[in-house]
Amino acid sequence: MSLPIYATPAQRVWYYTFRVICGAIFFFLIAPILVIIPLSFNAQDFFTFTPEMLSLDPAGFSLKHYRDFFTNDDWQGALYNSLRIAPVATVLSLSFGTLAAIGLSQSHVPFRRVIMAVLISPMIVPLIISAAGMYFFYSRVGLQGTYWGVVLAHAALGIPFVIITVTATLVGFDRSLTRAAASMGANPITTFFKVQMPLILPGVVSGGLFAFITSFDEVVVVLFVGSAGQKTLTWQMFTGLREQISPTILAVATILVVFSIGLLIVVEMLRRRSERLRGMSPN
Amino acid sequence: MSDTTHTGPMLAADGSPLKRSLERALRRQKLRALALIAPLLIFILVTFIAPIADMLFRSVENEIVSETLPRTVVALKDWDPTLGELPDEAVFAAMAADLQEAAKAKIHTRVGSRLNYETPGISSLFRKSGRQASKWDLEKDGPFKDVLIKSEKGWGELDVWKTIQVYSPKYTNGYFLNAVDLEKTASGISPRDEDQQIYITLFLRTFAMSIGITLSCLMLGYPVAWLLSNLPSRSSNLLMILVLLPFWTSLLVRTSAWKVLLQQQGVINDVLVWVGLVANDDRLVMINNQFGTVLAMTHILLPFMILPLFSVMKTIPPSYLRAAKSLGASNWTAFWRVYFPQSVPGIGAGSILVFILAVGYYITPELVGGTKGTFISNRIAFHISSSLNWGLAAALGAILLGFVVLLYWVYDRLVGIDNVKLG
Repeated sequence: MSLPIYATPAQRVWYYTFRVICGAIFFFLIAPILVIIPLSFNAQDFFTFTPEMLSLDPAGFSLKHYRDFFTNDDWQGALYNSLRIAPVATVLSLSFGTLAAIGLSQSHVPFRRVIMAVLISPMIVPLIISAAGMYFFYSRVGLQGTYWGVVLAHAALGIPFVIITVTATLVGFDRSLTRAAASMGANPITTFFKVQMPLILPGVVSGGLFAFITSFDEVVVVLFVGSAGQKTLTWQMFTGLREQISPTILAVATILVVFSIGLLIVVEMLRRRSERLRGMSPN
Repeated sequence: MSDTTHTGPMLAADGSPLKRSLERALRRQKLRALALIAPLLIFILVTFIAPIADMLFRSVENEIVSETLPRTVVALKDWDPTLGELPDEAVFAAMAADLQEAAKAKIHTRVGSRLNYETPGISSLFRKSGRQASKWDLEKDGPFKDVLIKSEKGWGELDVWKTIQVYSPKYTNGYFLNAVDLEKTASGISPRDEDQQIYITLFLRTFAMSIGITLSCLMLGYPVAWLLSNLPSRSSNLLMILVLLPFWTSLLVRTSAWKVLLQQQGVINDVLVWVGLVANDDRLVMINNQFGTVLAMTHILLPFMILPLFSVMKTIPPSYLRAAKSLGASNWTAFWRVYFPQSVPGIGAGSILVFILAVGYYITPELVGGTKGTFISNRIAFHISSSLNWGLAAALGAILLGFVVLLYWVYDRLVGIDNVKLG
């Protein structure tokens, strides 16, 4: 990739132009996310940098939007609801999903292709269609506007991510390990918890994180399936953005960005650990 | 093999034929796999597939008319609308009886608003006459032709009766026809009024904008994926974080970032004014239009293009390019004739994925699209929560779902859903 010493001037120019283009694209990817972080410390209710902020005058910065987030009942209630829904949805999709992923990785599974297509479909079907269908169907069975309605809907949306990550860790799984355990007298349940589970745990955990973030970030389905009592953080952000946009949203957004940086680090570490455990080099 | 001296089938240890024994073991294995999958499959069928099926059912279901107006539906069966005359007294009497009963159960307005989707004005007929219906004496107050027309003169219009007759059956394709700007009339299928023809345009706009988003993702994603797959792994891992961070960041965070950046008093306009490219009183309008939607969605979907491209490009050995160049190919020829054809699977996978995701997007167009930059999904949401025309929402959804399932199938053929990678 590095420039050879015999490169012609034209090649040299192209080499640097290409790097500049890629740099600009990376800037496009990351700048919009990073720019809201300083903006959230604005002392004014503006959505742009004030002259005080540009001259790094401490008077231009304040934590008042964060204070608003932590003291406002609407935001705190929304945060509470998000934290009440996402973990339960995660546990549901994780327990069903892991079992099914183990089933799917067996060597003889009838209708494997069809089953896989059905299980992955919540990720592919446009959210507005899932939301519409769930709204119609859940109102028929009395789940619309209830806590469990939202939890079940979110669990369904998280399942494809669990299936994908857990089956990916099972691909390199050495089947002779479970046979060895069985030959030494372990029953299937002991084998699962003592031998298989520790090895696929990184995949299960990152699947769980995916399911959690799916539920935590989801807004379309909860808008239709939920009612005011299930107003989540992202719902509150959505109404805030649609109606009177308040700078508190930037503070919330910054907190969420920090949160996702944390998640990204955990997932990346898990991926490397899993590759090491399965004897694959990270590259 | 005639020279072997077999005296019967090969036997397993327990004395049963080996073939049957193997079959039994295989069957047990299959059953165990299915038993592990079954809980999830049932869960998905109940929480996800059943709702989708319900939506598809609602796009053709039309029981409300025949359930609320059972006598009228029967009486209207023999009426010939082409004669240009109002139905006879029997039909009006049946309608009066149905209305009275429906008004007692307070469901007359529902059938009114159902028929109002097809012929505006019917809703108020049902509402107003329903209010008077309780006072009617079905035995003595006849003839009801006069009573009904006196209560609301709309009952004297042919169109009203034609609509009721056309929408009598339990199932209808009327919603689907409406979804493609056609309507069902007594004389067959005809185009809707010009000012109501919006859905074809909206579908075309959704597809055109999704193609635009896919192409811009491809143009931005290709160079980045190439760079990432050709750098040494230490630096490519670092740069990969710049791709993965947006991928992990909440969709609403990214949408609010764009909403803040693109405002007329926002950061981008401020910078342009400061540089002097734009006059202060002539700031660019970049939000609440198609530009805003395409820009924000390109940013949001770009990681979904880069990741599949990257995973394909990583498998292309760099020595191929070097070999082409050593044989005298120019940079461009080497890229275009040797590298590019091998990266096509990645382009296909990434483009289909981005297109599928773009075509059904709701949140971002809703927040930054204004009126000109909205998608078909925004219209579906409008019909569910504001106009309450659920049948039309379901029909629009079914058409969109059809396209997506078709693309999903193509994606499965090309890439295989098992090969989807995350992060």
